[in-house]
Amino acid sequence: MSHESTYKPNSNFEKWMDERLPIIRMSAEISSFPTPRNLNYLWTFGGILTFCLVVQIVTGIILAMHYTPHVDYAFDSVQHIKRNVNFGWLLQGIHMVGGSMFFLAVFVHMFRGLYYGSYKAPREILWILGVVLLLLMMATAFMGYVLPWGQMSFWAATVITNLFSAIPLIGESIVQWLWGGFSVDNPTLNRFYALHFLLPFMIFGVVVLHIWALHVTGNNNPIGIDVKGKQDTLAFHPLYTLKDGFALAVFAILFAWFVFYAPDYLGHPDNYIQANPLQTPPHIVPEWYFLPFYAILRAIPSKLLGVIAMVSSILVLFILPWLDTSRVRSAKFRPLYRIFFWIFVVTCLGLGYLGAKPPEGNYLIFARLFTAYYFIHFLIVIPMLGLIERPKPTPNSISESVLGKSKGGGGQPDAVPAAPENR
Amino acid sequence: MASEIDETNRRDFLMIATGAFAAVGGAAALWPMIDQMNPDASALSLASVEVDLSPIEEGQAITVVWRGKPVFIRNRSKQEIDEAMATKVEDLPDPEARNAAISDDAPASDVNRTKKGKENWLVLVGICTHLGCIPKGQRIGDSKGEFGGWFCPCHGSHYDTSGRIRKGPAPRNLDVPPYEFISDSKIKIG
Ligand code: HEM
Ligand code: FES
Repeated sequence: MSHESTYKPNSNFEKWMDERLPIIRMSAEISSFPTPRNLNYLWTFGGILTFCLVVQIVTGIILAMHYTPHVDYAFDSVQHIKRNVNFGWLLQGIHMVGGSMFFLAVFVHMFRGLYYGSYKAPREILWILGVVLLLLMMATAFMGYVLPWGQMSFWAATVITNLFSAIPLIGESIVQWLWGGFSVDNPTLNRFYALHFLLPFMIFGVVVLHIWALHVTGNNNPIGIDVKGKQDTLAFHPLYTLKDGFALAVFAILFAWFVFYAPDYLGHPDNYIQANPLQTPPHIVPEWYFLPFYAILRAIPSKLLGVIAMVSSILVLFILPWLDTSRVRSAKFRPLYRIFFWIFVVTCLGLGYLGAKPPEGNYLIFARLFTAYYFIHFLIVIPMLGLIERPKPTPNSISESVLGKSKGGGGQPDAVPAAPENR
Repeated sequence: MASEIDETNRRDFLMIATGAFAAVGGAAALWPMIDQMNPDASALSLASVEVDLSPIEEGQAITVVWRGKPVFIRNRSKQEIDEAMATKVEDLPDPEARNAAISDDAPASDVNRTKKGKENWLVLVGICTHLGCIPKGQRIGDSKGEFGGWFCPCHGSHYDTSGRIRKGPAPRNLDVPPYEFISDSKIKIG
């Protein structure tokens, strides 16, 4: 850990525990963890994500008590949960909307990382664990979507598992192995159920590593410069527990609004038709959070290359820390990167919009342009910017930027040690 | 000193041998856990199906299920056959016949995708070779795509009247499943 322990066991029991399983020490250290004093609300999304994970696990286990993983009963058992099970409408609604809220939060969390350069040294592993979490979340969400066995469930499962058939030579065998048959069928539903149950716990494990890595390097912050001393930080508790709690409450309002007023708004009506293996719906659309990736898949007129592009659009995030040549982290001090960041945001939103449109005419042309730019951003713009951009001068320290150069005076009597230590 | 070196060598050998033994054992233990996911004998043995073709008029098509997959059977019109015959193999994105009954490298000419003397009958696995949707074109009123065969709405693949891919992201022609005529108007698929 990057800070010395300030914990002192008070009672005899605490001392006794401390010598056997220092779990009280661990909690004390987490709550006193020195956190930069200038974090804004974008730093509350990690906590929000943790909340989402817990919500999905709790509601998911409850749903599992009423769900039947069989092609003949799955659809009806989900309807049964929604209509008959006591509070089933609420718990199923929370789980269904919760998936979307989880992705909403993770996208904000990731764009936060991109904007403030949180992926740069020394936080590369923290970032990579984040990308692993994203992949696990996608796999979990995809398999969960198959379980209600509606038309979209079935055809999404068919299309996505068929992506593997693009692999030369062994592709077909892999697909049959995934299916356990010659098409998506009962064996597929059963194994997806087992894995959908398992993966959230794997996510939980990776989140522990993610937060461990965070506690080794410490948080980045909106101005992206390193913490230089005690005057730059505050204990995590109570300031940031309250700030996280407040943000969570606001997030929960949005969450609840969807659950109570528009539970199906983010879904697709075709999923209320039971799966029919002999009829493909006229438009297959994935859930909204997969649309940008789906747009990339369809933008490319070759099966294998389409799949490669879609997969690369996420894998490129793994090498991002080494693609970025700029030493300055925060976009606040990078006038050019700041512009390209917003162009990139628009690109992602554009791809999301196009992913829901049929792949023809102008839609296809724009999908291709945006796909090209998506990769240009990572592979050309980001490496080049670091070489040609002239960053603005960064403040000397976090405390200086928060409290003002010549002593924040006013409401800050707790003597911030003056300059010498700040170098 | 010499004996010390000897001892180290023997120990190295034992370490490597033990490691290799454990690795082979681990792999052997892993295989059942992987293979259990493959289609089992009960899925493989799914009986073949017999289909009576006599009710299918010229220009009509039906879909039957074989091994859980849709199979398209179309009684092609003269014009559809002529179009399929006239197409040059060089113009096809996928030049291979994809017919279970003949060798893999046979060219995708129309005769290689039907049975001799029964050229009006086209039998295909009705699964788009892109990502597995079921192409439109079986029902009256369906869009048949730009080449008069089938059109897959999922990502826009067009198949011709011989079930060959002509335009769009699908890489291969629709597969011709193994089937035979057991009488003049009856086929057995599988
Ligand atoms: C299951 C999903 C995830 C959970 C529960 C989670 C949780 C957290 C938490 C609690 C924090 C500390 C608070 C904060 O900075 O917001 C954090 C930080 C961070 N996360 Fe995640 N995260 C998840 C996914 C991701 C993903 C997908 C990425 C990026 C690919 C990512 C990248 C980061 C980075 C770079 C930090 C450090 C940020 C900084 O200090 O500036 N995380 N995460
Ligand atoms: S599945 Fe038919 S075009 Fe993609």
